[in-house]
Amino acid sequence: MPSLKDLKTRIDSVKSTRKITKAMQMVAAAKLRRAQDAAESARPYAERMGVVMSGLAASVGSSDSAPRLIAGTGSDQVQMLVVMTSERGLCGGFNSTIVRAARLKIQELLAAGKTVKIITVGKKGREQLKRDYASHFVDHVDMSEVKKVGYGDASGIARDLMDRYEAGEFDVCTIFYNRFISVISQEPTVRQIIPATFEAPEEGAEAGALYDYEPSEEDVLADLLPRGISTQIFTALLENAASEEGARMSAMDNATRNAGEMIDKLTIEFNRSRQAVITNELIEIISGAEAL
Amino acid sequence: MANTMQFDLVSPEKRLASLEATQVQIPAAEGDMTAMPDHAPVITTLRPGMVKVTGADGSETSFAVTGGFAEINAEAMSVLAEHASEGAEGKVALEGFLEDARSRAADASGDARDVAEKLVADLEQLLEAMV
Repeated sequence: MPSLKDLKTRIDSVKSTRKITKAMQMVAAAKLRRAQDAAESARPYAERMGVVMSGLAASVGSSDSAPRLIAGTGSDQVQMLVVMTSERGLCGGFNSTIVRAARLKIQELLAAGKTVKIITVGKKGREQLKRDYASHFVDHVDMSEVKKVGYGDASGIARDLMDRYEAGEFDVCTIFYNRFISVISQEPTVRQIIPATFEAPEEGAEAGALYDYEPSEEDVLADLLPRGISTQIFTALLENAASEEGARMSAMDNATRNAGEMIDKLTIEFNRSRQAVITNELIEIISGAEAL
Repeated sequence: MANTMQFDLVSPEKRLASLEATQVQIPAAEGDMTAMPDHAPVITTLRPGMVKVTGADGSETSFAVTGGFAEINAEAMSVLAEHASEGAEGKVALEGFLEDARSRAADASGDARDVAEKLVADLEQLLEAMV
């Protein structure tokens, strides 16, 4: 049975832990707001981009002269996986879910005899994948200096990917990230970005066929494709940032609650032992008095 | 005939403008063009340059853009710019972008080099126009 002093120390230490997790939760909540705002303001651009691109791709994409970013290299032998995770831990299952999704895909591809190359964004995913797949790593993007994800970060990654694609380093590129649904729910998402895929144009998109293109459909598409890829990566980074803060917030909320419960339990134990000590002392005094 | 059209200027990071405009001048790929309400539907790519918007109340706003594309139809026009900034405040950002473009032009070769050098020239012109 722990002494009173031991219990007192434990209660104090759990209390200070609770203070820290509480503070982290509040910081995460504030950052989440900002990340959500950023994701929100990026949406109009991404949506319009998607509409115009799918309209264009529908009219040009199927022809023989389609750009390689749509048509692909005609092979799917070399697979590039971009795994986006966070730079910092203490965010619940956020990183593990992405890594699990990536791992499944890697195993599936390796089993099919494909060559797998991995680019990691964010330190945490790299650490987790290093154990099994370090030999597949080709590059790492360090986001630890980045306070707020900007379009520049995304277009840097996109440019690097496109250079590698042009150089024939891979045939298919897939990105892994967490889609933000709500504070308590983030969905690991796998999306192929090269060759570009489009959602089937909706009925309203028929109007797109009436547009005049300047300089020409092919040129506009060739100009748009790299931007489209940057935009997709940017969206993924933003969703990821929001998901990370959401995951951290709920993880820290749980931790705070657990700490509270633990403090209650320890306090009860502390009070019981204190009473036991007093009772013991009383018994000693009384039995001493009776003995006289 | 409508006298105004809906004008939107969005960059990947935010929506910079959304207003009713009577005319908009954009730096299209093959020369500047001015769009007014009831324009034929066009999608065009943009060079780096100035977008000048005349609002319904006659006020004129200009934005510097570094490329992107514009979608024009009878009722609305949306400009999707890779990087856009209002007036002089974006100058610093543009200078950074120009540096980036210069270094890329120096690295590139062949057709890519021509494209990159054109971009540098466009940007220089744009910066001069802003002074």
